[in-house]
Formats: sequence, structure tokens, C-alpha cells
Amino acid sequence: MHDLDPRHEAGGPPSQARRAAGALESEVLAILRGASEPLSPGDVRQRLETGQGSALSYSTVVTIVSRLHAKGLLARQRAGRGFTYTPVDEASLAAGRMNQALGNGADHDAVLSRFVSGLSRRDARLLRGLLVGDAGPQAGDPGRDEERG
Amino acid sequence: MWLLYLPLVIPVLAGAAARPLANRLEPRQATWLLTSATVALAGCSTAALALLAAYAAARAPILAALGDYSQSVMRRGDPISAAAGTVAALALAGAAVAVVVMFRNWIRALVESYRRAARLSADDGIVVVPGSAIEAYALPGWPGRIVVSGCLLDRLDDDRRAALIAHEQAHLDGRHHLFAAVARLAAAANPLLLPVARSVEYTVERWADERAAAVTGDRRMVAQTIGQVAFLAPPRRRRATGIGLAVIGSHALPRSAAWAGPVPRRVAALLAAPPRRRTILLAACTAIVLLAGISALEAASDLHALLELAQAAG
Repeated sequence: MHDLDPRHEAGGPPSQARRAAGALESEVLAILRGASEPLSPGDVRQRLETGQGSALSYSTVVTIVSRLHAKGLLARQRAGRGFTYTPVDEASLAAGRMNQALGNGADHDAVLSRFVSGLSRRDARLLRGLLVGDAGPQAGDPGRDEERG
Repeated sequence: MWLLYLPLVIPVLAGAAARPLANRLEPRQATWLLTSATVALAGCSTAALALLAAYAAARAPILAALGDYSQSVMRRGDPISAAAGTVAALALAGAAVAVVVMFRNWIRALVESYRRAARLSADDGIVVVPGSAIEAYALPGWPGRIVVSGCLLDRLDDDRRAALIAHEQAHLDGRHHLFAAVARLAAAANPLLLPVARSVEYTVERWADERAAAVTGDRRMVAQTIGQVAFLAPPRRRRATGIGLAVIGSHALPRSAAWAGPVPRRVAALLAAPPRRRTILLAACTAIVLLAGISALEAASDLHALLELAQAAG
């Protein structure tokens, strides 16, 4: 799990640093997922050290957790002067991703095919007419939700 | 020389014809026709602009010296005013910038979509997301994902769920996002083609609707599903897309609904008889697009002939 070292020789400095950062991120995430309580960066650093042997600076750990927080993978709470972090559970992650996916409109409209598009008032009237005209008893119910609009 | 302006005029016609065509043609046919028409017409109008600009540029003394051709012959034979040439050059530059920017944004969105699709774990390619949103969409990827909110699924019975999934699956299988994107890129090169690009967005929806109807074997039920889901979604505040242009209604729709938003049009189309292939209409449209292409070619060869003449004199 902590096999970072073999690559230190092979890769050039930039790619090596990036890879190490990615590996560290997942390691930190694993520690937080394994923890039963919110952890401060100091707690994370402590646990990292016991696992890895080599010491990471406090600011490195802060950078990593902040980045994970920015990615939406960690939630944070204020604790005293700093923050403590907890992993975001899978369900809210998926929801967060969906919101992200919906968030910046124009770009995503370029690739997403939405099933649902809201109705203008006139469209709603037309649609109700079509459905009522066609299907009789069943078609009355979908229209009701719209009346408030 | 009026031929040179034809590729610039035909997109206006296409813009006006797109919506009635989208209403009348079989959706798959319509998608292919309208998408290839936007590309062809955007290509032609861009070529025409380039030619207009080239005529204007050919008057410049420096170019005449470099190209070793007679300026006086160029002037005599040159039908294009310098002003028209300058306007064309500006429009050309604008089109180039618009296409590049839109292409870059599209690639970004696509890469992002592929990344998200890869990250989302899914059973059978379907991702059910929690929360109260009424949402369902196809996320292109490798493989693509269908994202549906649990809240929406809860409100649909089994048949209607199947219709919804079949619709989104059709988008993924048919790579419908590519048609829409290509048409939009073409419309970026020539904004007169925007109504055509919007119609492509509509015809791919229709295409997916017809697939869903084929899969579930029940057109009426698919129509009712679309209606139900549309009423569940929050009402739209923006004005309905497309105004005014389409006066020719479809036989499937009451006249008032021919210029309605996409949802009533889709529902009406599903409640009507399945669309037929219309070979003659298709051939007529193709012929008009070809006319634009031929006139652009013709104009190009005119310029070439003129340049040769001027070179011989110079």
C-alpha cells in the first residue's frame, strides 16, 4: 500500500510528485474512511506516520485534506481554530456529482440528453389537452401537479 | 456573380424549413438530413465568405505584385465591392473564433462527461441518485450511463420506467449527442443555421421516443410517460423555444401546437400514427443543399478563372 519509493528513481520530478500526491490523497482518504470520528489534519498526519515511517510536514497534510475537501470527497467542520474532516458517504457523493453535472449549464447541455424539461404555461395547457383528449380517465392526474405553476 | 450569394441565402431558407421538416420527417431520417444539411450549408457559406474576402484581397497592390497578376484585369473582372469583401472577411474571422471556442467547450464537456461516467458505479448502466430532484439524463461515456433520480423512479410504474430507460438508452446507443454537437458547431460558423441545430436537438428526442415506443411496444404509454414526467418537473420560466418561423403545421398536431415547445410536440407525434419515410421530401431537401454546394463551387471556379486571366495579362 505504501509502495511509493520504487518510482522515485524512474520518473522525472514533476510526474513523480504528482503521482505521490495522488497516492497520498487516496491514503489520507482511506485513513479518514477507516476512522470512527472526525479527524484534524494533525490526527491524519499522526496516523500516516505510524503507517509510513517517513514524516510528512503538517502543511502537506493540510494541503491534501483541503484538496480532497475541494473535490467534494471530504466534509469539514470547524473545531477550535482549525477544521476536522469526515469522508463524504457514497450516496451524497453521487448526489453531489449529479448537482455538479447539472451545475454549469451551457457546457453540459452540449452533451447531456435530458428526458425532463420543464413546461411553459402554454405547453402545459397544450399537453394536458393532448393527454386528456387521448387517454380519458388516466390523463387527468398528471395535470394536477401543474396547477400551482 | 449572384451565385456567390446563394450559399449565404439558402441557410435562411433552411432555418425556416427546419421546424416543419422536423415535424414531418421520420425522426432518424430528419436527424441525418438536418445534421448533414447544417454541416454542408455551414461549409458552403464559409467558403462563400472566404471567396468574397479573397476577391477583395486580390485588389490589394501588394498581393498583385506577389502573385504576379494584372491588377487592372482583376479590377475589371472583379464583381465584389471592397466593402462587401471586408464585411465577409470580418464575418469569416468571427465564424472561425466561434467555432474554435465552441469546439473547445464541447470537448471539455465531453471529457468531463466521460470522466463522470467512468466514476459512477452503475448496475446495468443505470445510476440512481438520491435527492428530491426530478431528473433523468443520458451521460455519454465509455460505457455511457443513464442517470435517474430515485424520486422520479418512485413516481413511475414499471412500464413507464421501462419507457424512460429505453429512451435514454437510445440516446446512448445512437450517440445522439454527436448529432446535436455537430449541428451546433455548424451553427456556430453560421448563426442563420441556429434554428436547424435546434431542430436536430428535437429530432434526436423524437428518435429516442420512437425507439422507446418500439422497445416497449406501446406508443401511447410512452407519450403518457413523457407527459407525466414533464408535469413533475418544475415549470419552465423561459419562453418556449422557436417563435414565429414555422407556420406550416404537422398533420399530427393541432395548428396551435405546431409552434409549441418540444414536449407537446413529442407527445402529439407519439399519439399520432408512426411516422413514414418520405423519400420525395428528403430528396427535395438534399437537392436544395446540393444547389448551395454547386453554386459555391461555381463561384470558386469563377475566381480561379479570373485569377488566371489576370496572371496571363500580368
